[in-house]
Amino acid sequence: MSRVLVGVKRVIDYAVKIRVKPDHSGVVTDGVKHSMNPFCEIAVEEAVKLKEKKLIKEVVAVSCGPTQVTETIRTALAMGCDRGIHVEVSGKDYEAMGPLQISKIFAALAKKEEASLIILGKQAIDDDCNQTGQMTAALLDWPQGTFASEVTIDGEKVKVVREIDGGLETIKISMPAVLTADLRLNTPRYATLPNIMKAKKKKIANMKPADLGVDMVSRVEVLRVDEPPTRLAGVKVETVDDLVAKLRANGTI
Amino acid sequence: MFTAINRRSLGQFATLWRFQSTLVRAEHHNNQLTPITLNAITAARKVGGEVTCLEAGTNCAMVAEPISKVQGVKKILVAQHDCYKGLLPEELTPLILATQKQFNFTHICAGAYAFGKNLLPRMSAKLDVATLSDITEVKSQDTFVRTIYADNALATVKCNEKVKVFTVRGTSFEPAAVAGGRAATEQVASPSPAGMSEWLEQSLTKSYRPELTSAKVVVSGGRGLKSGENFKLLYDLADKMGAAVGASRAAVDAGYVPNDMQVGQTGKIVVPDPYIAVGISGAIPHLAGMKDSKVQLTVTRVIVINKDPEAPIFQVADYGLVEDLFKVSLSMMTRLDIVILKV
Repeated sequence: MSRVLVGVKRVIDYAVKIRVKPDHSGVVTDGVKHSMNPFCEIAVEEAVKLKEKKLIKEVVAVSCGPTQVTETIRTALAMGCDRGIHVEVSGKDYEAMGPLQISKIFAALAKKEEASLIILGKQAIDDDCNQTGQMTAALLDWPQGTFASEVTIDGEKVKVVREIDGGLETIKISMPAVLTADLRLNTPRYATLPNIMKAKKKKIANMKPADLGVDMVSRVEVLRVDEPPTRLAGVKVETVDDLVAKLRANGTI
Repeated sequence: MFTAINRRSLGQFATLWRFQSTLVRAEHHNNQLTPITLNAITAARKVGGEVTCLEAGTNCAMVAEPISKVQGVKKILVAQHDCYKGLLPEELTPLILATQKQFNFTHICAGAYAFGKNLLPRMSAKLDVATLSDITEVKSQDTFVRTIYADNALATVKCNEKVKVFTVRGTSFEPAAVAGGRAATEQVASPSPAGMSEWLEQSLTKSYRPELTSAKVVVSGGRGLKSGENFKLLYDLADKMGAAVGASRAAVDAGYVPNDMQVGQTGKIVVPDPYIAVGISGAIPHLAGMKDSKVQLTVTRVIVINKDPEAPIFQVADYGLVEDLFKVSLSMMTRLDIVILKV
């Protein structure tokens, strides 16, 4: 077990109230606070913990996008990753980039870096796709441990407890494998100031999808983006009796 | 046990072409037809054409019969093999690929719950096509609507792939009727086991209460409940109303309740009427789970009980009671629920 690749995505911060562009072409991203996708933070934390347990030697943080994503890679480095890879994608390619394109990049990198494990977040909180891990595993023909809430390395296998609809499920998969992190896998650490300073010295390699032989063509187009239907304003009540009276008057009860 | 449904649409485009689509559906381990499968069949039918079902598992006989009665399903393909124990995606993917090679479907879909979300993207990547996750509307055979940013925006998406793969948000489509259908069954061969993964066990929360995603009434608790023991207040209320009990992510993270009760962006999407939120502040991820996203414009009435008048959840409340939930004692809650039962 030597090397783990961790994917980190730069997304609009989860606390920000998003706005749809007036021309309905997308969501406003300019000037809006961005941070690392929360599920990616959990993925980084898991990889760094495996390294601290001496189960793996090196953690490489990877992000795909324009120059700004290097900030996100730096955060991963500050959390304990050893080095970073920035796969440059910008303009129309970046706007159209989806899980299929990203998984091709990760599959190519996994082969190039001879990774034994890829850990990704379960989903990104912007597109809510929940696909990249599964697709990457498919392209590499590796097994997948998705929605992981507990990961245990057991020799050449990984035991994964997964969060499913009715509760929890346990599987055992061979390595190399792809894991996707669910919410309760761990609690990500904050990057301390000394680690942030150390991270500035860590290397981030630069490359383009073409260098990895990846074609970024997407056959999915977003025709328009809309706000959801607005709810009518609600009514505040003082007591349960008031609430009951209102529901009666309204015909609910 | 899991099932996939194929769809075939004839004559929709150039007459020389025949289109089909596949719907993948899952069964529970107690060998019953999973509700979301019926919602997914409705979505498949909206695309147009015939619907075929692919069923795979260790013991398919029990599910083949009910599916054959579902309105709109033309044919059922059955693959039975021990390697499908646990319905591992590594084992099911080669099966769906082989089926696709044989029948050449135009669309492949499944319910967007743990099983479908785990399997379909793996399968679509092997076909070098995209997956559209959790669609809420079918506008045409190549155009779909799905939510992004935790349901804070709707994206209308056109898919130009040769095979269109998508997962279906169950709450957005009516379940297909399990009556009036007369599908033929055909056995399909299972490819050799991949053998790279092993299913060990499941620990499912046993509950006699209604299932969250299909419950008519949901009572949810948040961090305001302060402990798992206090959730008893909600369990008792829910039992009187025949409601399901959900929880915010904060309550699950704090260990008050198990993860399968979570409502929200990364938990379950619910569309009850009413939805009663107790001691939940309403952070964005939770609101995403509660908002109505059904195609039919059913208004979900949201009733909120929270002592903080500034809690974001009041923004989506139809009725808000600003009161400490513990002060709203069990007797008062009982009064409320007795009145509701009068309907």
